[in-house]
Amino acid sequence: MTNKSFSSWYKSGSPWVWLNAGAVSISLVMVVGLLLLIAVRGLSHFWPADVMALSYQEPGGEAITLIGEAIDTEEVSALRLKSTGVDLPEGQASAQRHLLKVGNRDYFGLDFRWVNGPWMGEISYPTDIVAIERREWGNFYGYLTQVKQQHEVVADGDNAWQELQTRLIRSNDLVAQAKKIEKKDIGEINHGLEQLRLEQRRLQLAGVPEGAIQYQEIEQERKQWDVRYSDLQQKLFDLNTALNRDQIMVRMSDGREVEIPLAKIVEVIKPNAMSVWDKLGFYGHAVWKFVSGEPREANTEGGIFPAIFGTVMMVMIMAVLVTPFGVIAAVYLKEYATQGPIIRLIRIAVNNLAGVPSIVYGVFGLGFFVYFIGGNIDDLFFSAKLPAPTFGTPGLMWASLTLAILTVPVVIVATEEGLSRIPRAIREGSLALGATKAETLWRTVLPMAAPAMMTGLILAVARAAGEVAPLMMVGVVKLAPALAVDTIAPYLHLDRQFMHLGFHIYDVGFQSPNVEAARPLVYATALLLVLIIIVLNLAAISIRNRLRENFKASES
Amino acid sequence: MNANRQQTMTAARTIDIESMGRGPKLNMANETVCLQVKDFNLFYGQQQALHNINMSIAKNRVTAFIGPSGCGKSTLLRCFNRMNDLIDSVNIQGEMLLDGKELNAPSVNVADLRRQVGMVFQKPNPFPKSIYENVAYGLRLQGVNDRATLDKVVEKSLKGAALWDEVKDRLHESAMGMSGGQQQRLVIARAIAIEPEVLLLDEPASALDPLSTLKIEELIYELKHKYTIVIVTHNMQQAARVSDYTAFMYMGELIEFGATDELFTNPSKKQTEDYITGRYG
Repeated sequence: MTNKSFSSWYKSGSPWVWLNAGAVSISLVMVVGLLLLIAVRGLSHFWPADVMALSYQEPGGEAITLIGEAIDTEEVSALRLKSTGVDLPEGQASAQRHLLKVGNRDYFGLDFRWVNGPWMGEISYPTDIVAIERREWGNFYGYLTQVKQQHEVVADGDNAWQELQTRLIRSNDLVAQAKKIEKKDIGEINHGLEQLRLEQRRLQLAGVPEGAIQYQEIEQERKQWDVRYSDLQQKLFDLNTALNRDQIMVRMSDGREVEIPLAKIVEVIKPNAMSVWDKLGFYGHAVWKFVSGEPREANTEGGIFPAIFGTVMMVMIMAVLVTPFGVIAAVYLKEYATQGPIIRLIRIAVNNLAGVPSIVYGVFGLGFFVYFIGGNIDDLFFSAKLPAPTFGTPGLMWASLTLAILTVPVVIVATEEGLSRIPRAIREGSLALGATKAETLWRTVLPMAAPAMMTGLILAVARAAGEVAPLMMVGVVKLAPALAVDTIAPYLHLDRQFMHLGFHIYDVGFQSPNVEAARPLVYATALLLVLIIIVLNLAAISIRNRLRENFKASES
Repeated sequence: MNANRQQTMTAARTIDIESMGRGPKLNMANETVCLQVKDFNLFYGQQQALHNINMSIAKNRVTAFIGPSGCGKSTLLRCFNRMNDLIDSVNIQGEMLLDGKELNAPSVNVADLRRQVGMVFQKPNPFPKSIYENVAYGLRLQGVNDRATLDKVVEKSLKGAALWDEVKDRLHESAMGMSGGQQQRLVIARAIAIEPEVLLLDEPASALDPLSTLKIEELIYELKHKYTIVIVTHNMQQAARVSDYTAFMYMGELIEFGATDELFTNPSKKQTEDYITGRYG
């Protein structure tokens, strides 16, 4: 009887439904879980956590005070503790261990410190603890004691905090001014001088004799640039002098008082004194700084804007390159080529290209694009600059091209699919009105296949945005000195190297000197990369849907 | 709607083969020949689809092709504007003349030919564009982009296809939102916008409801004053209603061709009689 009911249950199809539903649920749970993990780990980094003051006494040692943020807690077995020299009381199998971010790396040597639960004393959260974000050496935790101008005390005690706030605004403003001069104005001068040098070299290559009038013109122009440069240098020097005016004195957890120049400070907060709303505001501010700022300290601090910019730029250039190429190839394969064994072979080859490991494309890009094409471009057009390469070195252009080759099969396949879905009746209708094949394609078939091309492009973008391995060979760097778009003609510099979120994750996570501090950034960057891919895809999908709307009835 | 036409249509609606007979008797000998087919054979690869067809199609008349499925009537129709060129395996023998000129000659530009010989297909196939752009398509192909000219032609063609009143307020909406009957009339408007000489209709009403069919038939009746019309149909009553001449085809051969009244009332071949009286097919 049971046997029969089992077989009827089996026949009813329920097991399949359960199996399918189960598979879908597991996939969903995994995707959501993954996103949640990186979101929680990444986003919690920016929350201004309370800073605790902790009295801590190791057996046989003196009681000390520690100040820091609680980062992590783990349960450690007695055996493991014993091996690190910690003896638990008899009968206790394990104890808790806490990871504190104590900061002050320049004084303590390490940002992080494990503290063992049994030795911890009293914990308090004094509201006057300050957390200082510095331009170098990471965070600082301590108590603000005095604000100084030219090393003379101008405020102390309760006034110090107010005084610091106003002076900090001034110093940050000065830093921004200095940065602008360094990046923009001096960048322009360097560019101008480089152009002059190239001009001179070109004259030499053209065989213009020494002492010709052209050289003198160049020399004169160079002098003008030099004058501008020394002006800027003076300005920069003045700014730096102004910047070095203020200092603060802070007391560390071990009682030492140290001086920090305001020029080195990005931001000071009193996390324990902040309300939840204050913290929320600060949180938004911190996330914005992360998204819009430039990296500092070997990428472990600061923002990741150049990486976002590089990723989006590269994907967009890739899309611009891959779409026409893939569409033209697909139109030829589907519409014009005589369908036979050769075309079948080509189609198989195209499909298999999608399965070639991406690093192979990287090698190809380096060998073909960078060295061969780039090298020849340099020989032909940029010979004055040689031996310094212009295009004969990894750069944005080559990275985009390499990824375009990597993704072109996807676009070809999707476009072919779309072309074969256009009803014969529509083509015949157009031909019957006296259109040639090309006119039919251009006016009717291709617009109708546009949604399919967009589908191909969406898949290509999704793949390209996540690709890292080939980029490491053809243009991605740890830290790019300048963005690919700036105010110096020709505005878009395809020869420049760029930063990429995927590579940034690898770099911050595994190549950074301060792994513990960088870990949350890995998650935050990963989250951002996922978000950017989602945004790029949504943009493409919305374009596709709009196109589809026009052709809805004819596709059914 | 004028009374005269109303009357004609009412007569056509209550079709009665015995009492057919409108106007003077038609005779091929008195007609101007528009299309002429001589000893025409067509092969799909090894298979012969048309056997030795000989016929003349009269100018400004409606000629209907009838016959059971697969008898070759659509294939023959598609030869008139060389739609069969699109099929690689097709081979033809014999002559096919449009106004006395061989239309399969290598010197003939296919696009020009198709402009002269328009075609409407079985299923409405409007382009996924606006109503206006559908009608203007053929003109734009010829490089006409002048707004005023296009407006004029679009209006004229839509009126010619008895569609103007229904769509004049939504010319720039998508043609895909129209009903099947409207779409088919739009396709006819699209075809007449480039003023062809001949209009080929390949079962134009077979995908439509009776009311839309009636409208298409009225339209054909109107259009024959300006165009030579060749229509393929499965519906014998339709052939009897709309056509002046009828060709009955069977298994790739032209069995009988003559004035419609003659062919339906007094068929000379046994096969024709069997078919029109419903004994087979």
